[in-house]
Amino acid sequence: MSVPIRRRRFAAIALASVVVLGTTAACGDDSDSGDSGSGGGPITLVVDVFGDQGFGYEELYKQYEAEHTNVKIQERGKGLGLGDYNTRLTQQITAGSGAGDVVALEEGTIVQFYAQADKFVNLADHGANDLKGNFLPWKWEQGTTPDGKVLGLGTDVGSMALCYRSDLFKAAGLPTDREQVGALWPTWDEFIATGQKFAAADKKHKFVDSATNFYNVVLMQIAGQGTGYTYYDKSNKLVIDQNPDVQAAYQLTTKMISAGLSNNLQSFSNEWNAGFKNGTFATIACPAWMTGVIKGQAGDAATGKWDIAKAPGAGGNWGGSFLGVPKSSKHQKEAAELAKFLTSAKGQIGAYKAVGNLPSNPQALTDPAVADSTNDYFSKAPVGKIFAAGATDLKPVYLGPKNNAVRTAVENTLRAVEQGKSADEQWQAALKNGAAAGK
Amino acid sequence: MSLDLHAAAPPEPGPPRAARHTRRRAASLTRLDLKYSPYLYVLPFFAIFAVFGVYPIAYTVWIALTDRSPLNPTISFVGMDNFVELITEDPQFWNAVVNTFGMFLLSTVPQLLLALMLANALNRKLRAQTFFRMAIAMPIITSTAVVALIFSMIYAKDFGLVNWLLDSVGLDPIDWRANRFASWFAISTMVDWRWVGYNALIYLAAMQSISKDMYEAAALDGASRRRQFWSITVPQLRPTIIFTLIISTIGGLQLFTEPLLFTSGSGGLSGGSEGQFQTITMYLLDVMNQRFRWGYAGAVALVLFVLIALMSVINYLLARRISSDK
Repeated sequence: MSVPIRRRRFAAIALASVVVLGTTAACGDDSDSGDSGSGGGPITLVVDVFGDQGFGYEELYKQYEAEHTNVKIQERGKGLGLGDYNTRLTQQITAGSGAGDVVALEEGTIVQFYAQADKFVNLADHGANDLKGNFLPWKWEQGTTPDGKVLGLGTDVGSMALCYRSDLFKAAGLPTDREQVGALWPTWDEFIATGQKFAAADKKHKFVDSATNFYNVVLMQIAGQGTGYTYYDKSNKLVIDQNPDVQAAYQLTTKMISAGLSNNLQSFSNEWNAGFKNGTFATIACPAWMTGVIKGQAGDAATGKWDIAKAPGAGGNWGGSFLGVPKSSKHQKEAAELAKFLTSAKGQIGAYKAVGNLPSNPQALTDPAVADSTNDYFSKAPVGKIFAAGATDLKPVYLGPKNNAVRTAVENTLRAVEQGKSADEQWQAALKNGAAAGK
Repeated sequence: MSLDLHAAAPPEPGPPRAARHTRRRAASLTRLDLKYSPYLYVLPFFAIFAVFGVYPIAYTVWIALTDRSPLNPTISFVGMDNFVELITEDPQFWNAVVNTFGMFLLSTVPQLLLALMLANALNRKLRAQTFFRMAIAMPIITSTAVVALIFSMIYAKDFGLVNWLLDSVGLDPIDWRANRFASWFAISTMVDWRWVGYNALIYLAAMQSISKDMYEAAALDGASRRRQFWSITVPQLRPTIIFTLIISTIGGLQLFTEPLLFTSGSGGLSGGSEGQFQTITMYLLDVMNQRFRWGYAGAVALVLFVLIALMSVINYLLARRISSDK
């Protein structure tokens, strides 16, 4: 699973649970691993994941336990936002205890762990290098440290599309067929123009859910086509004020806001969730994992109202995760085997079926179970074709060590623009606060 | 034990040497007991305090002098650099300080005044006295997280109760999170809802220990209720008021959960799009958990500590002055 922004959802339970979960989890872990040496008794492997839907591994655990009778699998973290999850994991990795045997590392945060690669098992020692062909080349590269240690094996990728409410499009006199809708917006500028047409016909609904979602998708896309990095260059130097891609994405977003298209909902907030339920906006930028979010939030009542079209601009990737094994695990060999199983073609297809996370495995991507799949919730859209088509020729975007902190600072300034502040002043604030956050 | 021996020894001829020996040993044990066992009794507290109080504080001081971060493979000693940066070139920190003090004043002053009025009202003879006294204590036992979530909905921009009320009387809705003063006001109401009852209970308990004779004498002299309140009740409550002030200062300057949960969704620690309601503790966690600058976070924590100590002293001096004048 792979949701950069999903972090800090329920910021609420956040700190409380970080502390409470952190400590209780740590205790649970110790006792689990204490009672089982290498002497054959059943061992418990703890898998740490994040996100509201988890990673969709439940069925796979059952299969794995059936095939390996000496292994029991326990999962933690479902429902935890990425931000809280990552904070906890950072503390556990730094302290050298408390982390699970298999831990999820998100695209936006894995670079941060390159610096702590010595606290992770080098999966190359467990035969991971033989699996290189099982992953999209850029995904493999992201999971490997600059000096060649295999830190994590890829789970999913966040290839992009655009989800839209066909009923609202119809009412506003726009086409509803997904091919025709995709043809409305070859570029983001044309997407904004379509939004203005929509806004002229429909005063009740907004065209886009929030500026930040829009911005993140646009940024990852432009950076993928352009420099190949965002706030940090590939030598981890903060270049937010020099990277033209960041400014281009920012300007496109403020243009969208000033056209009055944003519903001004803070992503992953209660109001955002309510926006899905009450159907207050017509489109949302859709990395593959977002389909699960929409289904979860809009609920059964909205079945068939949503559809998926090609995203404006060229393809791009936002999100996606890896599975790694911390050195603190008492069962490194078994944990590595489990990580290999969960990231195998079979594992990725299982996760795709469960929660819609798009595989990073080329064989899984071309497997009929993925490539020919349709999504009933999204008006039977051929999601496999739409998402998988983009995934194979994606260009990776390098995210620096404090990417999340810088991104939060930039996102905040976009929210200020949504609240009516000057776009130029906020761009200056984004540069200043972004630099402070990345220090 | 030893008393028994004293009483029994004289008439008994028994083996005197052994008895005397036992007696002396018992006496010295008693002395030891009297001298050291009190320390033993308080030891558990101090042992725990050392582990969970002294050690973290000492570690914070140490870490604040380094550039410790999980992203740095090595730790280097940087002296006062963190403090210098914090005080001279960190506008976000000073923004958080202003917010914290703003919300502290906006919540504490009405909170203590209201609590005083409430306690005074409850100190009179009332029907269903116990019910009312219990009722004001109710908010204390609700979880802060729940309070914050509910108030966030009340102050929601689009579907919030307050904006609906404003709308129904023809006023423009307010974006409570976008405007600095509006967000302070909203957060202060959360804090006050929760803590007014607590302070009122403390005042009430103190009021009940004030001698009734004073009020009777004042009434005979023709003092009005109001006069009695300001001239007898408030001065008599002086130590209690100082106590509540200091407790509120500590709580107010560490304000965290309410403003954190006021943002629903991502970016809670930022306290609004421009840090409109980011407090010092939120900034501390932002630095520690988002930016991974643990050393710098240690410096923030120590400066916060100094600020609280300073404010407590100022409050103490003010409170002593005000109530001794009356």
